[in-house]
Amino acid sequence: MSILEVNNIHKSFGKTKVLQGVDFTMERGEVLVILGSSGSGKTTLLRCLNFLETADKGKIFVDGRLIFDADNKQKPSRAEIRERQLNFGLVFQSFNLFPQYSALENVTLAPKLLAKERADFKRNKAAIYDEIEKNAIALLDDVGLKDKMNNYPCELSGGQQQRVSIARAMAQDPKILFFDEPTSALDPELTGEVLKIIRSLAAEHKTMVIVTHEIEFARNVADKIVFMSEGVIVEQGAPEEVIDHPKQERTRAFLNKLSK
Amino acid sequence: MDRLSEVSASLVGGFEYNCIIFFCTLVMAVPLGLVITFGSMSRFKPLKWVSKTFVWIIRGTPLMLQLFVVLYAPGLIFDIPIKSRMTAVLIAFVINYAAYFSEIYRGGIESIPKGQYEAGQVLGLTKPQVFFKVVLFQVIKRVIPAMGNEIITLVKDTSLARIIGVTEIIMCAERFTKQGLIWPLFSTGLFFLAFCGILTLLFGYIEKKLDYYKG
Repeated sequence: MSILEVNNIHKSFGKTKVLQGVDFTMERGEVLVILGSSGSGKTTLLRCLNFLETADKGKIFVDGRLIFDADNKQKPSRAEIRERQLNFGLVFQSFNLFPQYSALENVTLAPKLLAKERADFKRNKAAIYDEIEKNAIALLDDVGLKDKMNNYPCELSGGQQQRVSIARAMAQDPKILFFDEPTSALDPELTGEVLKIIRSLAAEHKTMVIVTHEIEFARNVADKIVFMSEGVIVEQGAPEEVIDHPKQERTRAFLNKLSK
Repeated sequence: MDRLSEVSASLVGGFEYNCIIFFCTLVMAVPLGLVITFGSMSRFKPLKWVSKTFVWIIRGTPLMLQLFVVLYAPGLIFDIPIKSRMTAVLIAFVINYAAYFSEIYRGGIESIPKGQYEAGQVLGLTKPQVFFKVVLFQVIKRVIPAMGNEIITLVKDTSLARIIGVTEIIMCAERFTKQGLIWPLFSTGLFFLAFCGILTLLFGYIEKKLDYYKG
């Protein structure tokens, strides 16, 4: 069964049609890279999948379960919203770390707040918090920032901030981790450290959807590439097919522009 | 010497009223302002409209006039006169300052980048959690300078209470002018200066405390 199935997603802002029927599926452990020029709808697609925007039309299934249906006008309950949200994690282009919290607190904040809803929270508070912190420190260690865990975001470089935000997204153990141009806000010499972390996640078979402009990185890390243009998927397939032997004119034009 | 102690006792007694008005207004207007902010930022149009009109009226008329209205209007319109002048002063001050605070809060809340809310949302936090655990603290840091300004204005505005007969410090000092003494009136300025000086130091300290992070 596919871990994610996206059906006919449409989204307009006023008269501008940004997504005009996007369909794709992905399997557990797969890394999907979305390519496309700016304005092609990549970011809007990611935002619809993470419920930061509400799609006008379409359905989203996770593990075969319908978690979003635009035709269902019934407002989901708070518990439902949270449950569907926790399927996914999102790493933003601009990090969006919480500036008043240390790196460690950024990672533990959401798990600690969510833990309060556990039935055994009152009895085991200390143990639960302890476990959350241990897990967070391990995640920060994975992204190479254990020694910076008590630093505030303003004391970290862009690359380090983005690595903290990857650890923060991982702390909720999402089924699928999304990246929205994770290196676009970074100086060129800092992109490497972030891409390295994403590569290591791919090696661990974390299911990921990545929007990026880094073609070489896409070629290395992707199991499948999706090329978007004008709100639809124009072409999809293995990296060597889409990047090296594109069938569509629009894909070729985009790749040509990038290589110049 | 007797004169000096008589004057200072009177001025200190009067300044007690200024202090009571100051602290009571602060304690009540700070949270009430937040309620008005939620009203004026509400997506429920009638509530938003009522809050905005309220803020417009309060900010658009003199506090002195509002003191008269609060003192006389309940008795004239509803036949329930306000018994204590101090109560009238407090009601007028709390309403007035809550309106000003609400606009400062609104500016602070609207200055927080959208990404902070979105990051909280994708981590599975509820809207109240995002507001109280992520946004509020950042808002506090951003509004502290403006709040300091407004709170220092409040110290001096307390002397307006005399307009409806509350014997605050300036009213006390004025009595001595009728006996040919002008210096008590001038010396009231020292009380205000000292109070505002302490507040300035306090706000400087708070700003420094919150300076551990940028952004």
